[in-house]
Amino acid sequence: MPEASEADVLIIGGGLVGQTLALALAAHDISTLVVERADPEAHLAEGFDGRASAIASASARMLRALGLGDLLDGEGCPIARIEVAEGLHPEILRFDAVAEQGEAAAEPLGIMVENRALRRALLERVRQTPLVRLVAPAAIGTLVRGPAAVEARLADGRQLRAALAVAADGRQSRTREEAGIRIARWSYPAAAVVSMLAHARPHGQVALELFYPSGPFALLPMRDLPDGRHRSALVWTVSRRDAAGVSRLGPRAFAAEVDKRLGGRLGALETIAPPVSWPLGFHHAERYRAERLVLVGDAAHGIHPIAGQGLNLGLRDAAVLAEVLATGARTGIDLGDPALARRYERWRRADNSLTAFATDTLARFFGIPGRPVERLRRFGLGLVERIPPAKRTFAAIARGTAGDLPPLLRGELG
Amino acid sequence: MSRRTRAAGAAPEQPAPEAGGTADPANVALFDQLAAEWWDQSGPNRLLHAMNPARMAFVREAAIAHLGCDPRARRPLAGLAALDVGCGGGIATEALARMGAATTGLDAAHGAIAAARDHAAAAGLAIRYLAGEVTELAAREPGAFDLVTAFEVVEHVADVHAFLAALRTLLRPGGLLVFSTPNRTLASLAIVKLAAEYVTGDIPKGAHDWRRFLKPEEMRERLAAAGFRVERLEGLGWSPASGFRVGGRTDLDYIGAAVAV
Repeated sequence: MPEASEADVLIIGGGLVGQTLALALAAHDISTLVVERADPEAHLAEGFDGRASAIASASARMLRALGLGDLLDGEGCPIARIEVAEGLHPEILRFDAVAEQGEAAAEPLGIMVENRALRRALLERVRQTPLVRLVAPAAIGTLVRGPAAVEARLADGRQLRAALAVAADGRQSRTREEAGIRIARWSYPAAAVVSMLAHARPHGQVALELFYPSGPFALLPMRDLPDGRHRSALVWTVSRRDAAGVSRLGPRAFAAEVDKRLGGRLGALETIAPPVSWPLGFHHAERYRAERLVLVGDAAHGIHPIAGQGLNLGLRDAAVLAEVLATGARTGIDLGDPALARRYERWRRADNSLTAFATDTLARFFGIPGRPVERLRRFGLGLVERIPPAKRTFAAIARGTAGDLPPLLRGELG
Repeated sequence: MSRRTRAAGAAPEQPAPEAGGTADPANVALFDQLAAEWWDQSGPNRLLHAMNPARMAFVREAAIAHLGCDPRARRPLAGLAALDVGCGGGIATEALARMGAATTGLDAAHGAIAAARDHAAAAGLAIRYLAGEVTELAAREPGAFDLVTAFEVVEHVADVHAFLAALRTLLRPGGLLVFSTPNRTLASLAIVKLAAEYVTGDIPKGAHDWRRFLKPEEMRERLAAAGFRVERLEGLGWSPASGFRVGGRTDLDYIGAAVAV
């Protein structure tokens, strides 16, 4: 029998959160094996995934500490301002990084980056990091979590061994299911249509979140195209019924529909990525741990994308887990010790639940049709705009800087 | 029949400690009996498991302060020889080994040493485990260690001065001793002895003789008499919110660092 490959931690799932976690652990001298089903090169191909993510500023600090600053500066677009409004109604709530913090100290509210670019940069870093071994494409055949270690046998017969397994295998996590961890879930009667648009007028690094009766319509500033055209990512929430129809619209008809909802503010529009629709749901695991196993990212929780917090929650999971395991390692604690898993769960559960609750409330509040509710919403937005502490709190939640932060989210390598 | 008498009654089956040994035979027998349960985190030793992160963090800080260890290192004790006295099933011993020390575990109870060896082998840790008396090891390997730990041990020892003198002999000059032990207060009597041993069952019955517990000032005097300089002495307290934590009240349990002069 061939000898098993060994590492401190076995990460199941090499997506954005799994790879970030591997880099964060390596920065603390903790070795990982990352098992990913898909071929990483195929994931980088043009057109594989037109999605983009808003990296909140706390997440951005972590990515910089892990050596991904070039990606954020070279390919990211900072969000200098967020404007929230009820449709095209002029009553607007503004979050402005400069107005709020002063020119010199201004840290963007977030950075927009293509998922594909983020994946490519992570993969590059992972390949340069000797403490991370990426095993891909490969599938876990059996996973045995014993009292002394975790042992995995891959479908091709290879053996892996570690002190702790981390499930980073997404919302349909098989690892979670096999551990018997149940999840609470519901779906929203809505879907998100995601696309990318080129436009004639510059976006001025402004993120627009416009609320329409069917749900929020978000336009997020992206870095200009190589040919100099301006570009924005679109996340348009429509009713599930309408989703198929909207995503089947031809590029011109689609751009026209978008333009109608923007009131022409970005000039002539061109659809540059085919619209793809994603059903919207919410799920939260009843617990984040089992013997020698913890859950991170979408395996643990998935929320409404209304505030762009899903990936950021996963990145925060990675930062906290790295901090907890690093502290354990430096004091000689077995990384599979339940006390460490409990500490991680306690630390993350509160933040994930709060953010999930806030986004769910927001999604429901802004999803209710009818004029009286519209007026109430406008009143609410106006109120937040006029109360600086409320505004600061919202901004801190958006930045991911609310609550008890591990060193990585402050940009430090503990 | 009390549990304590039963434990004493089991003693003849065990190899008797050498003459001049510091371990109490009745206590040794009791710890033998518990060998199989050492690593069950919800079993009779759950308190020792729960205390371990706090006391190992204290060891790390003390080693950084007094042995010049690297505060950022994953294995801060790399290059050091460490001895865990009264190691039981190896809860702290394994942590010392993971922190990078070349580690020896010593316990008078053979059963505990057997359990410790099994567990270390399964975890893939190279630890030298010895069943025997601290006075014998001191005679054989004087000055062999940079770091000696003795967690929740001194209160089980028949001759405290001989025990501490043996620990001093085992350390090189400038070496570090880290110890923890319950205080002799009404609070510790109530909690450690009565509540934890009898009511909740968090500690095996008959494990402690409260009269042997030392107050911090008594411990300081005895350490000084054995050739140690106490550098730090802190409470090892417990709260429902944060579990075991170093700092705060010393009236239940306390942890200290002392340098061999």
